[in-house]
Amino acid sequence: MTTVRGRFGEYGGQFVPETLMAPLLELEQAYEEAKNDSEFLAQLHYYLQQYVGRETPLYFAERLTAKCGGAKIYLKREDLNHTGAHKINNAIGQALLAKRMGKKKIVAETGAGQHGVATATACALLDLECIVYMGAEDVRRQALNVFRMELLGTKVIAVEKGSATLKDAVNEALRHWVTHVNDTHYILGSALGPHPFPTIVRDFQRIIGDETRTQILEQEGCLPNTVIACIGGGSNAIGMFYPFVDDQDVQLIGVEAAGNGLTTGKHAAAIYGAQKGVLHGAYMYLLQDENGFIQEAHSISAGLDYPGVGPEHCYLNDIGRAIYESVTDEEALEGVKLLAETEGILPALESAHAIYYAAQLAKTMSPDETIVVCLSGRGDKDVHTLIDAIGGKNA
Amino acid sequence: MIQKAIDNVLARGDRAFVPYIMAGDGGLETLKSTILRLQQIGVTAIEVGIPFTDPVADGPTIELAGQRALQKGTTLKSTLATLASFADEITVPLVAMTYLNPILAYGAEKFAYDAKQAGIHGVIIPDMPLEERNIIYSALQKEQVSLIQLVSLTSPVERIAQLTAASEGFIYAVTVNGITGARSDFANELEEHFAKLKAASPLPVLAGFGISTPEHVKKFASFSDGVIVGSKIVDSLANGDWTTIDALVAASKKIR
Repeated sequence: MTTVRGRFGEYGGQFVPETLMAPLLELEQAYEEAKNDSEFLAQLHYYLQQYVGRETPLYFAERLTAKCGGAKIYLKREDLNHTGAHKINNAIGQALLAKRMGKKKIVAETGAGQHGVATATACALLDLECIVYMGAEDVRRQALNVFRMELLGTKVIAVEKGSATLKDAVNEALRHWVTHVNDTHYILGSALGPHPFPTIVRDFQRIIGDETRTQILEQEGCLPNTVIACIGGGSNAIGMFYPFVDDQDVQLIGVEAAGNGLTTGKHAAAIYGAQKGVLHGAYMYLLQDENGFIQEAHSISAGLDYPGVGPEHCYLNDIGRAIYESVTDEEALEGVKLLAETEGILPALESAHAIYYAAQLAKTMSPDETIVVCLSGRGDKDVHTLIDAIGGKNA
Repeated sequence: MIQKAIDNVLARGDRAFVPYIMAGDGGLETLKSTILRLQQIGVTAIEVGIPFTDPVADGPTIELAGQRALQKGTTLKSTLATLASFADEITVPLVAMTYLNPILAYGAEKFAYDAKQAGIHGVIIPDMPLEERNIIYSALQKEQVSLIQLVSLTSPVERIAQLTAASEGFIYAVTVNGITGARSDFANELEEHFAKLKAASPLPVLAGFGISTPEHVKKFASFSDGVIVGSKIVDSLANGDWTTIDALVAASKKIR
């Protein structure tokens, strides 16, 4: 009975209730067919181009580069996608897949609300009924996105249980899916969960890296020295990294959320924590205590506030192909201000982790080297959090 | 031992009755008296739930009981130690129901050994399907702790054959698409589903999820080898309502 399907090294797998095994197989088969179907791919391409606004620019951040005084920094502008983040790439892909499978209803989880908004958008566009589970804490932090989802016709359900954040929203979305499995598809938003989700999400997000690779070759004539992306579950990062994995000279750096600081225990840096375990269908690095109970993650950015990290990242870490660093809440806030002041771009708090790290790293590199940062989302959704965090100090 | 206990019940013309209890709900100090009383009123085996922070297969009743148990500091370790302290007084087989991660953190081999010492003859792991069982299976085999497989309404025919062949002790037949917890309705095709399962299975087939009244017990007893009752037992224990529990157990007797 052993299979190695859906494994990245020892990570991944399908640790789900038996009721979900048949639907996961159905999903896997449907996806395998779809990804080889030129009609499906043409439809996806049409929406990504005409509706999402791809391709997104690879923008040379000249003033940021000058300010750091080292390597040239390029920004992959996923913040310019319709709905303001990379999440729409996957949401449109999976919504089209759901339609193809004859599923009329969608359930999704959301942390920052970006995946929820993207899914609500795709469902409005493709006439699917949509329910989004969101931790009550995140509903409070991201009120703007809750209202956006509701305007798009989605029902948002606040999850009061546990830490009332992304992990608890995933629990409820999984419960909902188990209970309505016959007519509902679960649009998982990150490169997490049981096989085939980590692969599907990666494949729908790899357009980020594919475009970047072509664009940097056009603009610089060579591949970048370093590619940097923030990591919660890891969807923007895996989408950015994957097309570069075989380019051994390109350094891949994922930036986890260090929250209040790694030594405080209040962070979301699962790879840093180095404990392995099973949650939400996958074997992965996981924040947990000695009893195997899942610990709450802490980050100022709701989208990174998750105790695990996608299985493919765990594998890339172990084989040394990617390295994983971390940035604190305070540093991420500095990243927001830095990009806003030098480039006139307000990054999402999630992306600001990558920006801050890139800025520090650039200083240690020479001007003929290049860094690409995945600017995974825009920061409008975070204005309330920013007012609380920096507004008072500047006033 | 689990299968033998069920076979004995069936030979008497009764059906198996397996209550689910949440270890540590009300404090681990209540575990002994609860288990001893349940075995006294004639249950076939007892499913002992281990609380977990993220119980995705459970509905609100069991999830809340788990949260109460967690608040009292209950862990897999403290539960096994408590059970071991009165294992010589336990006369029915215990089945541990735990999510996988606490076992991985405990260590699979140590878990299997300590479970056996604590009177646990089988385990049910709701987030570990057959394909993933190798992560702990050899450890369980070594201690002869049965790994009980769940079969769902969505399991296709070929898969049912694999699951029933692989299961040990009994087959846990999930009666609904969904999570644990009381329900008023079940699908109409259940009898057919159970007929298929019983035909495929060399082991007794027990029905679980959503069974909450003596009428449900009688209904499922008519076409399965017994029932597992969770949320209703957990609720009744939390309220000290043994009358309800007695009535549920009584409904499993004298079926034919």
